[in-house]
Amino acid sequence: MINYIALKTIAHKEIRRFMRIWQQTLLPPAITMVLYFIIFGNLIGARIGTMGGFDYMQFIVPGLIMMSVITNAYGNVSSSFFSNKFQRSVEEMMVAPVSNFTILLGFVLGGVARGLIVGAIVTLLSLYFTSMQVHNIFVVVSVITLTAVVFSIGGLINGIFANKFDDVTIVPTFILTPLTYLGGVFYSVKMLPEFWQTVSHLNPILYMVNAFRFGILGVSDINIWVAFGMLLVFTIALFSWALYLLNRGIGLRA
Amino acid sequence: MTLALNIKGLNKTYDNGFVALKNIDLAVKAGDFFAMLGPNGAGKSTTLGIVSSLVNKTSGAVSVFGHDLDTDRMAVKGLLGVVPQEFNFNAFEKVYDIILQQAGYYGMPAPLAKTRIEHYLKKLDLWEKRHVQARMLSGGMKRRLMIARALIHEPKLLILDEPTAGVDIELRRTMWEFLEDINAMGTTIILTTHYLEEAEALCRNIAIINKGEIVANTSAHDLLRQLKKATFVADLVNPISIPENTPYNFRIVGDAQVEFDVIKDQPLNPVIALLGSLQGEVLSIRPKHNRLEEVFVDLIHGDNT
Repeated sequence: MINYIALKTIAHKEIRRFMRIWQQTLLPPAITMVLYFIIFGNLIGARIGTMGGFDYMQFIVPGLIMMSVITNAYGNVSSSFFSNKFQRSVEEMMVAPVSNFTILLGFVLGGVARGLIVGAIVTLLSLYFTSMQVHNIFVVVSVITLTAVVFSIGGLINGIFANKFDDVTIVPTFILTPLTYLGGVFYSVKMLPEFWQTVSHLNPILYMVNAFRFGILGVSDINIWVAFGMLLVFTIALFSWALYLLNRGIGLRA
Repeated sequence: MTLALNIKGLNKTYDNGFVALKNIDLAVKAGDFFAMLGPNGAGKSTTLGIVSSLVNKTSGAVSVFGHDLDTDRMAVKGLLGVVPQEFNFNAFEKVYDIILQQAGYYGMPAPLAKTRIEHYLKKLDLWEKRHVQARMLSGGMKRRLMIARALIHEPKLLILDEPTAGVDIELRRTMWEFLEDINAMGTTIILTTHYLEEAEALCRNIAIINKGEIVANTSAHDLLRQLKKATFVADLVNPISIPENTPYNFRIVGDAQVEFDVIKDQPLNPVIALLGSLQGEVLSIRPKHNRLEEVFVDLIHGDNT
């Protein structure tokens, strides 16, 4: 089912693409996050005091790492896949004996690679502003990787349905960014009134941010196992949906 | 007889309701050099798109060297090389990388791929451009890049959708020679073209498709025999004027050049005599090129007189 040489080719092509244009892919999230660290962490954070038993800066670092992973994993695959469609170079894969499973896996590997590299850059930058402990390395690695997988698949589905470049920016602008900001990156949901706490629990990004924060700081607003369960369900459901769309040739074959 | 391509009862209706193919049957023998001709929108690219897995069929069966497209699609893909009508590569990638990636999609180990890339890029006169981004190539070079890419896994059936569109005459002839060599080495070739001269020069068998239906499918030789008339061009020493209602449908096509039609296999002596009586001294007579064009127009317009 998997053509390993083809898988390596697609993943390599995807990684080479974002590395070649690092000024557009790796540098902007680094600059944005440094601004967040300075403004929210240093300037405003100093007046906020502690949250969840940690300095405000320490509290927001896991959320900001997660935010950059989500945005970059999603954006990498959605823009790359749509660009392949737009230039019709996706046909190179469609005429070759490459299974849709392999194509999907190859693009996801590219998205995960960018998400994790940006995550690593942001982590290193955060060490300039604050110290960081790792409470549970297994949770850190598994949550960040699964999150990158989920959003890479999401980006591919967006790329499948997109008919013009604007379509690639709609979901990140109107869905991902609000959900991320409301997903407990900058605050603990326990600070919210009960009604909004309940509403917040419908936001899947809340679970990912809190699970990652648990891995780093050992504190979380939600049950860590529920977060893992949710990540697994999202991974399986989105992967199956993306594979179905590719098999049907939605957005690809007339 | 091994069939490289066997199409039975193929139908395609697009989502907007346009019926592109109406129950077509087509068989292409292994080793053939086969042309699909037809006006724009006739269904040529749709047919080849279905065979190449770029278009979904509505119904019907397609097999390539005995492998069914529905049940054994990966085997079919492995046997095909496809050169589409539109450029379909990442224009920002380098020539070498585009072909290396394609080799990877076919599961080819890198050392073998690199040997073949050098072979085909040299053969198609692109080796010097291997480190150039595809967008910097001329139109003819881009076409050759797509041919090199399609051949990298050495397919048994090569599909070319208007491979010489926008290519200058000299380069077109070089490409013809290259394709003839590939065919002579055993690769079955199916091409669509608007240059009927191309089909006449290269192809042994021809199918003409119009409005989603095959209106002719026979050898180029038989197709040309369907011509009931032949058109010739006579070069004269001096210009002449032609009275109305002369036989042979004389047309003045140049200063001292006349075109005329004769019923197939009739002698030309009476024509020369008639031109002489009109004070036209004949320097030379030659058959008009693109004889296929006449059959084509006749079949498309249903006027084979």
